[in-house]
Amino acid sequence: MLMILGKPAPLLFGQLLLGIINGSFYAMLSLGLAIIFGLLNVINFAHGALFMVGAFVTWGLLHYLGIGYWPAMVLAPVMVGAFGLGLERTLIRFTYKLDILYGLLLTFGLALVLQGLFTNAYGSSGVSYSAPDLLSGTLNLGFMYLPVYRGFVVAAAIIICVAVWFVIEKTSLGALLRASTENPALVQAFGVNVPRVIALTFAAGVALAGLAGVLAAPLYSVNPGMGTDLINTVFAVVVIGGMGSIGGAILTGFGLGIIQGFTEVYYPAASSVVVFAVMAVVLLARPAGLFGRAA
Amino acid sequence: MMFGFTRAQAIGFVVMAAILAVAPFVAYPIFVMQVMCFALFAMGANLLMGYTGLLSLGQAAFFGMGGYVAGYMIQTMHASTEVGLILGGLTAAAIGVVFGWLAIRRQTIYFAMITLALAQLVYFFAVQDTGFTGGENGIQNIPRGNLFGSFSLHNDLQLYWLVFAVFIAGFLFVHRVIHSPFGQVVKAIRENESRAISLGYKVEQYKWVIFVLAAALGGIAGGLNALVVRIATLTDVGNATSGLVVLMVLVGGIGTVFGPLVGAAIVVAMQYYLASFSDWVTVIQGVIFIACVLAFRRGVAGEVASWLKLSL
Repeated sequence: MLMILGKPAPLLFGQLLLGIINGSFYAMLSLGLAIIFGLLNVINFAHGALFMVGAFVTWGLLHYLGIGYWPAMVLAPVMVGAFGLGLERTLIRFTYKLDILYGLLLTFGLALVLQGLFTNAYGSSGVSYSAPDLLSGTLNLGFMYLPVYRGFVVAAAIIICVAVWFVIEKTSLGALLRASTENPALVQAFGVNVPRVIALTFAAGVALAGLAGVLAAPLYSVNPGMGTDLINTVFAVVVIGGMGSIGGAILTGFGLGIIQGFTEVYYPAASSVVVFAVMAVVLLARPAGLFGRAA
Repeated sequence: MMFGFTRAQAIGFVVMAAILAVAPFVAYPIFVMQVMCFALFAMGANLLMGYTGLLSLGQAAFFGMGGYVAGYMIQTMHASTEVGLILGGLTAAAIGVVFGWLAIRRQTIYFAMITLALAQLVYFFAVQDTGFTGGENGIQNIPRGNLFGSFSLHNDLQLYWLVFAVFIAGFLFVHRVIHSPFGQVVKAIRENESRAISLGYKVEQYKWVIFVLAAALGGIAGGLNALVVRIATLTDVGNATSGLVVLMVLVGGIGTVFGPLVGAAIVVAMQYYLASFSDWVTVIQGVIFIACVLAFRRGVAGEVASWLKLSL
């Protein structure tokens, strides 16, 4: 058997793949958090819960309406995004004038409500969802077996992240967003409806969480706690990367997933805490985060 | 006035002490004891949230570890009750020294996320069944032990007076801290950090001390709570408990003297009386969070105080 750095290759690559998959979700979720924070100055603690809602919507579409995975990939993010739009208009917008911590507390409460409602409806063990036929099975890559769906998740996550980065950094829509972040009053004076931009940005960030939920549905058990478990790590990722740059959020997400994968191979006991250890080191060496501006 | 009480606060304090002294004879003692434990915990969180302007989402780490250490010392090491409680508080304070050292490097939302992440470390430690925390089972059937090695605390009422004494001492201590010159500087930092820095105050050190005090209070409260309910489990060290203490401070009134006790009473009562609705309790707590943020930011004590035009 091929050995790399003292470990059998299939084990190493298998864990590395799991790490990259975790990293995909860290990247997609921290990206949404960064976009929302940039414009709304609100850290969305309900992000993990909305990711969970995305997964449940995917399951519900199939279970109740017989709508399969591919249409769900469009429908679920749209539905979660619309829900987010409603939340922004009815609740979150009232926190903009307040201390930044109230937005956090409000979304924290929202997360509790969503998680409680889904636990009531589906129990804490949740439901299961299988990958579409096209993406089931495994691929023999020679050095390891790749479950097709996992490969698909990584590819999809990379495409999504690059697309979001492109829209924000390279298009006129992105320029408008960045301008509204820099100086909302001036952008408003140019005739742009800034409150509408803010609401749609929140909806888009939340839709991204919903889309991540769709990708996660066949991978993990769809349960009410799935978002909370993930989002705690994502917050550490956000602290490490800083919320200053979109590219930084993506790189940090994937990077930490990979570090976690390697830790799983060489020192499994530390794999669940390695992200937090990295966070502590970064705080000591670069308090503003790897890509963050001092604040 | 002693301890920096205003006249209204002194009256409030006497009324509070009187109610708590009568309470075990009219209400379920375990319930009142838990209210006082969580009030002590919330007073620590209020030092951070209310007086320093730092929102910690990881306070359960201190509460939970205080419970584990007190439970372990009294059950396995046969320590006297007060030794267990003090060691619980000291352990929490020691963790607070390290976590505070890291967390005070960032502000506002970053501070909140860092404390959440660090508390997760403690949770992961507690999940491992190392023979200390008992993993999924926790520490069960914790004996209440003897105070100073001789006074039995087996009876609920006997334990009640210990919890009462610790709570009152904690209350006076926190009040003294807030109304000391040190506390004034802390409040100045909350109001205008750059100004406090320019006046030459070492802002980080003040925040750090407050963080450690909050941790120690959490540890003592957790130890007492473990004696009251006689178990120390993962629930006490988990995120939900961190959220609960923030809710208590928010409902009671951020930055008020009596708020933590009022908030603890409301939230613990909800846990008791709505227990049969199981998961709806989470939903109700979430709704209260949202309602408090949107319409009720002063909390109960804050609203009453503004209605009476007093500082409570």
